[in-house]
Amino acid sequence: MKSKIFWGIVAPVAAILNSLLFVYIILKIRGVDPLSMFSLMISYGFDPRNLVSELNQTVAYYMAGVAAAIGFKMLLFNIGIDGQYRMGAFFGAVVGGAIALPPVLHVLVIVITAMIAGGLWAAIAGYLKVRRGVNEVISNIMLNFIAAAIISYLITPSMLGTLPEGSQNAQTFPIPASGQMPTIKAFDGEIYTFLFVAIFVGIAYWVMLNKTVFGFNLKATGLSFRAARASGVNAPRMIFITTVLSGAIAGLVGMGTLLSDTHNFSMAFPSGYAFTGLALALLGRNHPVGIFFAAFLWSFLERSAPVLEFEGVPPEIVIVMQGTIVLSIVIAYEVVARINLRQQQRAVGSVNAEAQPASASGAKEGN
Amino acid sequence: MDNVLEVVGIEKKYPGVVANRDVSLKVKAGSIHAIIGENGAGKSTLMKILYGLIRPDTGHIKAFGKDVSLKTPQDAIALGIGMVHQHFKLADNATVLENVILGSEPTRMGFIINFDQARKKLIEIAEHYGLDIDPDESLANLGVGERQRVEIAKVLFRGAKILILDEPTAVLVPQEVDELFSNLRELVKRGLTVLFISHKLDEVLSIADEITIMRQGTTVASRTPKSTNKVELAELMVGGELPKPKAGANKSTDESLISIKGASYIRQDGRQVLNNLSLELKGAEILGLAGVEGNGQSELIELIMGLIKPSGGSVEILGLDAASTPTKDIRNAGVAYIPQDRQRDGLLMSAPLWENRVLGHQFASPMATNIWVNKGEAISDSKRVVTEFDVRTPGINVLASALSGGNQQKFIVGRELSGNPKVIVAAQPTRGVDVGAQAIIWDHLMKARTAGAGILLISADLDELFSLSDRIAVIYNGVIVSTLDPNKTTPEQLGLAMTGAKSA
Repeated sequence: MKSKIFWGIVAPVAAILNSLLFVYIILKIRGVDPLSMFSLMISYGFDPRNLVSELNQTVAYYMAGVAAAIGFKMLLFNIGIDGQYRMGAFFGAVVGGAIALPPVLHVLVIVITAMIAGGLWAAIAGYLKVRRGVNEVISNIMLNFIAAAIISYLITPSMLGTLPEGSQNAQTFPIPASGQMPTIKAFDGEIYTFLFVAIFVGIAYWVMLNKTVFGFNLKATGLSFRAARASGVNAPRMIFITTVLSGAIAGLVGMGTLLSDTHNFSMAFPSGYAFTGLALALLGRNHPVGIFFAAFLWSFLERSAPVLEFEGVPPEIVIVMQGTIVLSIVIAYEVVARINLRQQQRAVGSVNAEAQPASASGAKEGN
Repeated sequence: MDNVLEVVGIEKKYPGVVANRDVSLKVKAGSIHAIIGENGAGKSTLMKILYGLIRPDTGHIKAFGKDVSLKTPQDAIALGIGMVHQHFKLADNATVLENVILGSEPTRMGFIINFDQARKKLIEIAEHYGLDIDPDESLANLGVGERQRVEIAKVLFRGAKILILDEPTAVLVPQEVDELFSNLRELVKRGLTVLFISHKLDEVLSIADEITIMRQGTTVASRTPKSTNKVELAELMVGGELPKPKAGANKSTDESLISIKGASYIRQDGRQVLNNLSLELKGAEILGLAGVEGNGQSELIELIMGLIKPSGGSVEILGLDAASTPTKDIRNAGVAYIPQDRQRDGLLMSAPLWENRVLGHQFASPMATNIWVNKGEAISDSKRVVTEFDVRTPGINVLASALSGGNQQKFIVGRELSGNPKVIVAAQPTRGVDVGAQAIIWDHLMKARTAGAGILLISADLDELFSLSDRIAVIYNGVIVSTLDPNKTTPEQLGLAMTGAKSA
């Protein structure tokens, strides 16, 4: 067990170091002192005020990472997180702006609406995959575009949106105070309390996966469709449910911003959460704690990138860093998996050698 | 006679496993040389080394009197060493001729296939070696025995002088085995050398000129059929006494556990694989199901387990209609399932053993309570299975993929036999396990029968069928052609029934 945690940490650390080395070389070639750049980023990134906004961004990334991880456990590549998140945030905002309810209930309705919208949107891809054999990557990419088009149609003032005076940006009606989530004031910043929802989702994800029969069936179906089926799992249904669940979590990605900051949805909500979510799930190895650190690292890098510009270094270097981390992590995990399997086979081999003294000498040499 | 092939001191190690060590072998020209050994004794590794598929860590190979280094199968073929794999590598949608020349096509001007020349050469080879094949027949129309001849022709076409056959009889019925053997004798008469892998002692004694026995990765002895007998060979293979299943008297009850009436199944490709099949399994009996692979056994099993729905007829198991009952409920009712493809259907290869203990039992106590998996129970019961079934593993946290095939099988059988199942669907329960484990598995199956369970035993091992079964049903072409009493049937009669002949 100890070695499991050890190897789980070694791989991401190795990937990050590898990426730093790569960026180091690039900066060196550019004639900049890499170490001073790194220390600049660190001191800027760990500035308390920046930490607050990093934390808020971490919450959004975290939801995207968990949504991707649920899919990964089923061998599903949920590239549709972007569309699911937009559908969730948009319909959450529309419903939230249209109704009046007591404070906590109001928030709850918005959050549940967002999850339903994200889940239903993912359900289309799930249905197509299970019933029609359509690869979820293809359907999800198209659904991302369709979601964006539907929202930009629905958000026009003649439909569900509004155009505030003097603004060019259509947006949804503002959510009244009863539907807003409070923030925690810290270091001149405000931390979204949605952070606690994110933590809860992380714990629920872990419990579901590791403690429940449903989670067991999910993992089993992902590991071997046929073995799961033979064991009594309705495997196609499991794939469908997992897709919907992943979409429902993706629907929560924009909630922090919506409930604690903007209080309405506009086309200014950022995109690109799908790729980030998949990268974070990969980096965090589908583990709720791992994904959290990965999400924080991403937010940290993005937040501290602009400071490089003052020194004449293009901030895009951070994207290079993120890219090399993802590439390195894929390799590092594969290497670790092979080392683990080999260790286990060796252990199995030595058990066999004890049982059959005739081959003991050979097995020892095998090391 | 000269040695056409000499192997000295071959060793091949994989991490934690020594597949071959200190292997030595001398094969005389123009002989049939059999290599026997249990599954996992290293026969296949040695053959792959001789065919250039695997490179040994140490050791020398001498072919036709010269030291050789075989890096790829192409090297082996160039030297005149050819291999016929156990599982044929043929294209169904091509003709015999096309299959034979695939990859070594004679050409005109370097790029146009010279079919005339190829056909002439193939016919010459077929006549010379007495192989009965029609170059223009479509492969899809051929049976297993004929396909094997095509594989042999393929190797001869490439100029092989030494033929390696990897368990050639595993897929054949007795009559086809006889045909293969007469073909092999013909080949040897014409000067070829045949290296023949098997673990069937009767066959080896009847065909081989010389027999090399392998055990635990090494060659332990050499014998000629005249100088040995079945018992000695078996003991050399096993390295000890042989286990014998003790079949008790038939005490089956009138209770009907599985009742299949007129079931048929049409596959997606339109082929009817089950055809008005009827079968009944009673309480406290072992019903053997004999048949050449691919005669509907897999579909029959899937029907019983509720994994596919019959196109017609009815399948009832423990009073449940298998067509409308989910697999989960069938398993919960007390049905254990040992699938024939253990790695694909029976295990989560990259999950630890204790999670594999839960697999198939995750819907009921003791592995689950309501929505929760009982990890503690799974862990302690995995330990029990490991001990009781002698699963060779350092612990229950290792991944299933780290275990050898035989140990995986023992774990699956142990898992499925826990919780006193009422019905056990056991497909090839002892395939690939060593004799010790085979005895343990047989013993547990007998105990389950004594306790009142009904067991449907699907097996390719005729010895297993004869010694365990109370009745043997023979499946051919999707229908049960006869049900035999193992005490009043000879293996030849069973073999004949398996080919579809009515007069068993």
